[in-house]
Amino acid sequence: MAKKVAFLQGNEAAAHGALYAGCRFFAGYPITPSTEVAEVLSNELPKVGGKFIQMEDEIAAMAAVIGGALGGAKTLTATSGPGLSLKQELIGYACIAEIPCVIYNVMRGGPSTGMPTGPSQSDIMCARWGTHGDHATIALLPASVQECFEMTVQAFNLAEKYRLPVFVMPDEIVGHMRERIEFPEPGEMEVLDRIKPTVPPEQYKPYDTQFGDVPPLASFGSGYKFHVTGLNKLPDGFPTTKADYVQAEEERQIRKVMADVDNIVDFEEYLLDDAEIVVVAFGSTSRSARFAVNEARKQGIKVGMFRIKTVWPFPDKQIKALAGKVKAFITPEMNLGMCTIEVERCAEGKAPVLGIFRVDGEPINPGQILDKMKEVK
Amino acid sequence: MEKKLPTIEIIEKYCKGCHICVEFCPTKVLEMQGFVAAVKNLEACIKCMQCELRCPDFAIKVKP
Amino acid sequence: MAFDYDKYLRPGKLPHIWCPGCGHGIVMKGMIRAIDTLGLKKENTAIVSGIGCASRLPGYMDCCTLHTAHGRAAAFATGVKMARPEMTVLLVGGDGDGTAIGGNHFIHACRRNIDMTYIIMNNNIYGMTGGQFSPCTPTGAKASTTPYGNPDPAFDVAKLAIGAGATFVARGTAYHANQIDKLITEAIQHKGFSVVEILDDCPTTYGRRNKFKSVIEMMNRLKDIAVPVKAAEKMTPEQLQGKVLTGILYKEDKPEYCEQYAKVIERAQGGAK
Repeated sequence: MAKKVAFLQGNEAAAHGALYAGCRFFAGYPITPSTEVAEVLSNELPKVGGKFIQMEDEIAAMAAVIGGALGGAKTLTATSGPGLSLKQELIGYACIAEIPCVIYNVMRGGPSTGMPTGPSQSDIMCARWGTHGDHATIALLPASVQECFEMTVQAFNLAEKYRLPVFVMPDEIVGHMRERIEFPEPGEMEVLDRIKPTVPPEQYKPYDTQFGDVPPLASFGSGYKFHVTGLNKLPDGFPTTKADYVQAEEERQIRKVMADVDNIVDFEEYLLDDAEIVVVAFGSTSRSARFAVNEARKQGIKVGMFRIKTVWPFPDKQIKALAGKVKAFITPEMNLGMCTIEVERCAEGKAPVLGIFRVDGEPINPGQILDKMKEVK
Repeated sequence: MEKKLPTIEIIEKYCKGCHICVEFCPTKVLEMQGFVAAVKNLEACIKCMQCELRCPDFAIKVKP
Repeated sequence: MAFDYDKYLRPGKLPHIWCPGCGHGIVMKGMIRAIDTLGLKKENTAIVSGIGCASRLPGYMDCCTLHTAHGRAAAFATGVKMARPEMTVLLVGGDGDGTAIGGNHFIHACRRNIDMTYIIMNNNIYGMTGGQFSPCTPTGAKASTTPYGNPDPAFDVAKLAIGAGATFVARGTAYHANQIDKLITEAIQHKGFSVVEILDDCPTTYGRRNKFKSVIEMMNRLKDIAVPVKAAEKMTPEQLQGKVLTGILYKEDKPEYCEQYAKVIERAQGGAK
């Protein structure tokens, strides 16, 4: 049977990906350039018995998403830079209380109101470090409409599996461009659900690690009574300031992601086998990079692309391995060097990292990348 | 017929000594003994339950 | 018979954190009696709070409890209620949490008329942080951040709720302990967003700065200023000067949010718009 295909925007595809993943609750606040997600889901969610709510502000949307997730739903919010800034406190809440949810953030120019309709890739550090305190982060960077769908499904899976908020972060170009998309059949893509407790309600502890670093999560209203707080807490969910315990808990909440980093980090290696120059790119910029790599190859330059699909956790191991083999990295990005810092960290001085930074609301074009390749001696 | 006296249990580790029970008892059954409330005159208790009702600390249980 | 509060409390959590004479414990007891009166199942009751002294209440209650971030209780609770409309959802918190940082969520929960009950303990101050003035601190009052007297006018929480669209609004006081459970019982029974403001005392950070000599003096002030709505009808404006109305101040039947959304689902599934 032929697959169902459509010609969609990245944002629309993401909304359909959420439905595929079993998302049944969306809370949002209108913000350019992410609003299409809310528009599609306001139409589609009630058809499948799901709920859509437009909240009074960005913070409320994040709060409702966490509340809905505790009620047992798979939940999503969509936003963009200023909204991402506003949501940060409650993103931290979802981290410490270990509530699965997905934040779809379309990257526009910033800081502040910046360029609401202009593309950027400048929210990657905001996703990583925007909320205060130590915490693990998972953030995915789609580069196509198909990936907006697939990475949203993947984000729900990761959120459910590791009990934390997960980001999907297309830049505005990817969020708004239209492409052909093939919808996977039901069952074709893996869909994960959170681990539910098997112990009887009176024995349940929401942060009981006897089953591993990701404790089972009960839902409110399912017969289990438990306490959830944003304070540092004991396995039973009640606040504590016991030094040893707090330290161990903070470390566990990072370990639950980082110990499984090889299963989380996703990337694409394009013509890397003999590459002397590696372009490290993501999102729409990787599309320019791919074009530039193909052009350069025609001119006999040995160049390839490492495309970042999971920016957090960062693909440290992969970049470190490349650093020992290549002459240089080229890092085109629509910000002033956020990803470049990470590549430099992983390169450990073994290879120079040549950045191409653009924050004028225009995409980085293949010519710019090609020119940079020619600078490499 | 002998009057059946109630029991007024004061959980000392909950009592924070706010004086509310002592003050709002209409028949002055309770008093402060040091920092906690105590029964002074059980005979006078009219079982109105005001002390139990008003105690902010869940420290008083009256069994009429 | 002594009321069995223990049935609704988590074992081993008392004594609570509230100061001597703080009325929050009185309000919590009223809430427990209301839950008992209505026979609510603990596992089907969510109690959601923000941050502050009053917001520590859920930790003591043997229910589904959610201690959220400062001001955000109503927004978190909206998510819980949407996901689990069959649950009874109670919100608790103080005046600073609810009307300053949480003011926006408060008025919008009122506007939506979502079936939840908000018990707001108004002690006119930020207690937990040490007595800074709140939107409910009376003009002229002393707080740690109004050393020369408060220049700000105060919110009337009940009027704010009514203006924003809450369909059940009541007010009681920590002095009128036996009225608290009755107001909360009616509020929970009401279909829609209900607000119960309980005028409360903070002896530690408000009383001592504002010339109250004791907890008892603060309690007696609550007794003196409260006028039941019925009694107020027979009083002149002069007589009502400095008084506060108590009882059920407003009640209206209006479509409830979750029911309205159920109709959205029906329309969507019927293909109509």
